[in-house]
Amino acid sequence: MGEFTVHRVRFFHYMPSAVRALAFQPQRQKIAVARTDGSLEILNRADHLFQEKVIPGREQRGTEALAWAGQRLFSAGLNGELVEYDMQELREKYRLDASGGPVWTLTCNPQGTRLAVGCEDGTVKLFEVCDDGIQFERNLAKQKGRILSLSWHPSGSRLVAGMAGVIWVFDAGTGQSVHRLLVERGTGAPRSKECVVWSVVCLSDGTIVSGDSSGNVKVWDGDTGTLIRNHQVTKWDVLALSVSQDETSLVAGTSEGTVVQFQHLSVVLGREDKEWVQTRTFKNHTHDVRAVLELDTAVVSGGMDTQLVVRPLLDKIDVKTSASALRKIHFPHRRLVSCSRTNLPPLSRPSRGTRALQLAGEEHICCSALSPCGGWVVVSTVTNLRLYRLQCDETISITKVTNQICFSSDSSYLFTASTCSSVHVLALSQSGCTFVCTLKPKSCSGQAILLLTASDDGKWLAAANADHEVQVYNLQKRKAYCTVPVYSSGVTAMSINPATNNLFMVHADQQIFEFSLEQKQYTDWSRLVHRKGLHPQWLERDTPVTNVTFSPRNPAHVILHDMYMFCIIDQTLVRLPSVAKLVNQLTLRSLPEKERRAHSHAFKICKTFKELLFVELLEDQSLVVIERPLLDITAQLPPPVRQKKFAT
Amino acid sequence: MVEQTDIRVVRCGGSKICFSTFLICASGDSVKVFSTRTEECVHVLHGHANQVTGVALNPANHLQVYSCSLDGTVRLWDFIDGILIKTFTVGYKISSIYVSNKHIGVIFIILPMQKHFQLVAVRLPSALEQELEARELSAVLSDVSPVPACTAFGQGVSPSCLIFVCFRFKLKATDKKGARNAFTCVACHPKDDCIATGHQDGKIRLWRNFNQKKEYTYSTQHWHHNAVSALCFSPEGMHLLSGGVESVLVQWHCKEVNKKNFLPRLGGAIAHICVSPDGQMYSTSHTNNKITIISSFRVSAVIQGLVKGAKNKLPHLMIDPRTKALVLNGKPGHLQFYSLERDKQLYSLDIVQQEYIYQAGLDQFEVVKAALDGTASWLATVEQRGSKISSLEFSLKLWSFNEKAQSFELNTTITAPHQNMITAMCFSPAMDTTMLVTVAKDDQFKVWLLGSDLDEQTSWSCEHLGSYHGLQPTNCCFSGDGSLLAVSFAEVVTLWSPDTWELLTTLCQPPGTIEDLCFGRLSCSKYLLGTTTKNLLCWNLLTCALEWSTSMDVCVLRTDPLSENVAAFCHNSGKTDLFVFRPSEPRPLFTQKAVCVGRVQRCIFVPREDPLDSCDEWSQWLNRSRLHFLTEQMELLTFSTRAEDERILNSRKELLVDDSVAMTPFYLLLGKHRQQQQEKQTSVPSQAADRAQLPQGCVAIRELLHTPAHVLPPASFLCSVFLNSLLISNTDEKELPEQEVDSEKEEVDSEEEMEMNNGPQGVRTQGSVGEAPPSLSRAEEKELRRLRKTDFSWVTSLTSS
Repeated sequence: MGEFTVHRVRFFHYMPSAVRALAFQPQRQKIAVARTDGSLEILNRADHLFQEKVIPGREQRGTEALAWAGQRLFSAGLNGELVEYDMQELREKYRLDASGGPVWTLTCNPQGTRLAVGCEDGTVKLFEVCDDGIQFERNLAKQKGRILSLSWHPSGSRLVAGMAGVIWVFDAGTGQSVHRLLVERGTGAPRSKECVVWSVVCLSDGTIVSGDSSGNVKVWDGDTGTLIRNHQVTKWDVLALSVSQDETSLVAGTSEGTVVQFQHLSVVLGREDKEWVQTRTFKNHTHDVRAVLELDTAVVSGGMDTQLVVRPLLDKIDVKTSASALRKIHFPHRRLVSCSRTNLPPLSRPSRGTRALQLAGEEHICCSALSPCGGWVVVSTVTNLRLYRLQCDETISITKVTNQICFSSDSSYLFTASTCSSVHVLALSQSGCTFVCTLKPKSCSGQAILLLTASDDGKWLAAANADHEVQVYNLQKRKAYCTVPVYSSGVTAMSINPATNNLFMVHADQQIFEFSLEQKQYTDWSRLVHRKGLHPQWLERDTPVTNVTFSPRNPAHVILHDMYMFCIIDQTLVRLPSVAKLVNQLTLRSLPEKERRAHSHAFKICKTFKELLFVELLEDQSLVVIERPLLDITAQLPPPVRQKKFAT
Repeated sequence: MVEQTDIRVVRCGGSKICFSTFLICASGDSVKVFSTRTEECVHVLHGHANQVTGVALNPANHLQVYSCSLDGTVRLWDFIDGILIKTFTVGYKISSIYVSNKHIGVIFIILPMQKHFQLVAVRLPSALEQELEARELSAVLSDVSPVPACTAFGQGVSPSCLIFVCFRFKLKATDKKGARNAFTCVACHPKDDCIATGHQDGKIRLWRNFNQKKEYTYSTQHWHHNAVSALCFSPEGMHLLSGGVESVLVQWHCKEVNKKNFLPRLGGAIAHICVSPDGQMYSTSHTNNKITIISSFRVSAVIQGLVKGAKNKLPHLMIDPRTKALVLNGKPGHLQFYSLERDKQLYSLDIVQQEYIYQAGLDQFEVVKAALDGTASWLATVEQRGSKISSLEFSLKLWSFNEKAQSFELNTTITAPHQNMITAMCFSPAMDTTMLVTVAKDDQFKVWLLGSDLDEQTSWSCEHLGSYHGLQPTNCCFSGDGSLLAVSFAEVVTLWSPDTWELLTTLCQPPGTIEDLCFGRLSCSKYLLGTTTKNLLCWNLLTCALEWSTSMDVCVLRTDPLSENVAAFCHNSGKTDLFVFRPSEPRPLFTQKAVCVGRVQRCIFVPREDPLDSCDEWSQWLNRSRLHFLTEQMELLTFSTRAEDERILNSRKELLVDDSVAMTPFYLLLGKHRQQQQEKQTSVPSQAADRAQLPQGCVAIRELLHTPAHVLPPASFLCSVFLNSLLISNTDEKELPEQEVDSEKEEVDSEEEMEMNNGPQGVRTQGSVGEAPPSLSRAEEKELRRLRKTDFSWVTSLTSS
């Protein structure tokens, strides 16, 4: 494949923010992740946990709680507002002040008709979920102190609220309290320190499970209001609880970074009486686990150390597949960096280093792009889009909502994705930019466009949306050209080959397609790949490919990268890795000549660089590699809780 | 021949009537029953012909115990009385035994099958005969581990459903890369369906939910830093006990997972743990041959056998002449004094006086040399740490015996007495001086003398420093009277006069470095014996010439202090042969081929208390002293003659006939007194006559007294019947009053009459023997009288003594 000069870049100090809340939507298998900076991510569990949608946040608007009401997603934060999100346009639909001070918790009843909000002033407010919004219904009996956790009884008739030192059980119909469960401080805790119930879960048989700041997971009888069992899980806090759908398993996230599983087991086989027994402990986090989800076959946890961990429960999985492996999600599944092919430095999106981005204001950046000539930078937030011309500091501001931006190869056009899957075309000139036209797909699904790519000759534009559809537009005729056949998995990266005008797509399930735009069909190479099948080790990789580029010298060489490796696919080589082991270049080099030939294949994999954010091959055959070591991220985190380790 | 091989507790037994009284453990070829209160061995159940591998209480009768052995038999014992009830012959080597409450009449044993081991259920035939053949075997599981801790029995939900946990999970668990999670032991919860497993990396996993769908789940506890070697649940299932090499017993609370209690410093790696059926006592057995009994989580008793360290570092075994105890390495840093007759550690002397840390890979002080002088008033020890010269640390300690405290006290510590490590050390046997010679690798030997200054504090100091041509000395030895010192320097033996420290002569017999040296004793004291790796050499000191030499690989050479005999163990193609000979004649007195497998490490002649008078030429050498030796496996073995064996067997039979009662102190007191009284009344001097008279008189009483109390009808009922039967016979008697007076007189001044009686006793004997047959009822009556008197006399004898 040849040798490259490598620019190994580490100056992009990308810092993800901590995971604050998780919510699961069982019908569509969507996981909503709220981060402390107010941004929201939607992961699709059915599609290899691909991060489908990202809704950027705002400064000073942290999210505290998330709740799905059917297909609708609500969040609440300490600014006292409830927010509903527009899942198609990827932005906030509306905000509503709960008028009870900061909101600590939010939960929706299992029927999806009512929202309960726990406020700073000690009230639990019920909101009715209407078709066009939410309507305040009533206040439950006001208590002294803030409501920190809430849980509905699965029937929706009761509501359990956790506070400092007390758990209240409310009747949702009358709004009166039924029980008051006193939570004791742990032994040895100072008198002044109250035991805070961080999380409660109400089960269908009336059992209430609580996790508190003294490290106990307590099991209560909800009918009599008595404590059944106390599990001392940690010396620190139990922050989050989650119960599985069938209520046989419960997980608790602690400040130590452990996730403890409890199971509802009969003590003697065959007998009816069951107990909650502490079973496994997972230690995948270094810091507080702020949110957990028990998904029957896996446990999802996230916390202060910014990573999302999906830990499969092996006793529920029979066949060893990619789903049975531990997954950690560190970086967004999108390209954060754009790079011009001239010798200008690459630009990163939410970077604080460049001056242009300091102008973005309090709203978070949702996307950015750098023109191939290096003269233009475009930055978009949820509400507006700014175009900067480098060197002369001239800004052109356009108030247009956009999700994805892309420049044409000669930097004369700017394409911005907009609502209802439409793409606006802007012409750039030295004087400024002018609106040219709007490209609309043939059939509007209304989903936001996630990826945009323009061909080198300025003829084609491809746009992929959240429904996995890829629309191709003819830029010369300025209308929709064709639609690539819809595949079941989302597109994670795509690009148009400059030499052949073939659209190269990589999907979340690691499949690779090449679509000939001229012939409107898959290419022979793509058919070959699918006939032979990709190597199992390639398919088992757990991070999606985030960028596809082509070698400027030889466009038959496709460069892909994910977080752990980059790969150059030689399309001229017919031989696919069909042998038992997918050998990477480093081991290949150490093999003797004969074996090397036997093992060589079209996929040239390099794992020299770790934690990759971006890889691009420049004109002069030099490789730009942007790394963000996880250790650097960990070093910036606050110190974890102190733990006594053996022999220290 | 085998005295001691291996002690390990398998199950703690006890009668359920009161607290657990007995602890049963397999020890070598026998099963020992210990009292948990007094630490005394109550019974030794002999009968197995090979090592006993397992013990299990009979679930149908808690006063009985099963034992299994490598000789292929399972034996059922009554451990209260120490009686063999039944013997079941299986015919295979049995490596462990399990019983289940749900399966009465069936035992589970592990047998070797071709390559692997198999768990087999054996239905025990229920015939009445003593010797039975159990041939009804049915295999349960194959490919199990022979280690007893690796199989456990659970309480199945139904009798048909059992939980066996073996190494079945092993393959699955070790799948994970890099994890040392091989199973080491397993235990089943007595009530719940929960299995605890111990792992190589010190983790304990509690497995639950064993349903058909394989949805088992586990929780992990971690405290041990090395492999968990033993696990045991308490009978109610409230606690889980675990132990390992850390010698800490950990008590886990099953309900509150994070709570645990520790019992540290048990003094040895824990090998087995068991709990008494009532849950009040725990018992741990340790790898250093010790059993600890723990009640209310505190050590209440320690039963210490011969401590088997990793390796005995001392070059010689020694006998403490005062206690007749064998002195050898004990606990790390200790010397143990072990009584051979009682198979018990007398005491342990802390030499290093530092806390031992139970962790692999630590270089800690060890006692490598020890020597006792002739009267055992001085003890010299060398402790050493490190093996390279750069890191070598060693010191010589001299201990004097304190008569008042009856123990050794540290007198002098000499740090770094030589430049390099000491290879040999010996005291001078001469009576007038106390002298110690040390030989070290720094090409020198040093002579140490007790300071004779008038201060109260006497201490040792270096008197002389000798060397020979810069050669490295290997060994040293004093002649029997202390007039000559022989020091071997490589291939040369030098003889020195201890008075003037002048080199008398040198003896040389190349090739080969001299390894062992010893002078002949008594009439053969003119001979000096030496060994090289290939040869055994004998010099005549009068002629200073080689008397004879033979080619043999002698590993141990030892002289008998009470005779001229010398024992030499020769290593020969994997086996060790024994030769006993006199230096004066090169023809051996006794040879035994293949005494044991591997090299013999140490040996010693132990003087007998009472010499044997065997005339057999082959066994004559054993008359004055016994030969004990240590094998590579650190087993202590000894030689015994046939006459001796028979005597032991006879005495055992006597015991069985005569005293089926446990030899408790109470019995000794009462029994002795009863004997005395009988002697006085009937004036029978010899035991034989006494026994002849007993049966008829005592049958009823014996039955009454010796039947276990819980089997007897109520005492009120018995009492009247018993007394009535006796009273009827009384009416006929006329001599009664006189005799009563007589005996009462005797009672009053029993002490004086004891001696006085000696004369007329002979006469009375004849009389009583002659009278015995006609007066049947009188005998009974005497018994009654004696019974009535017993109470008073017992008290008086107590007060008088």
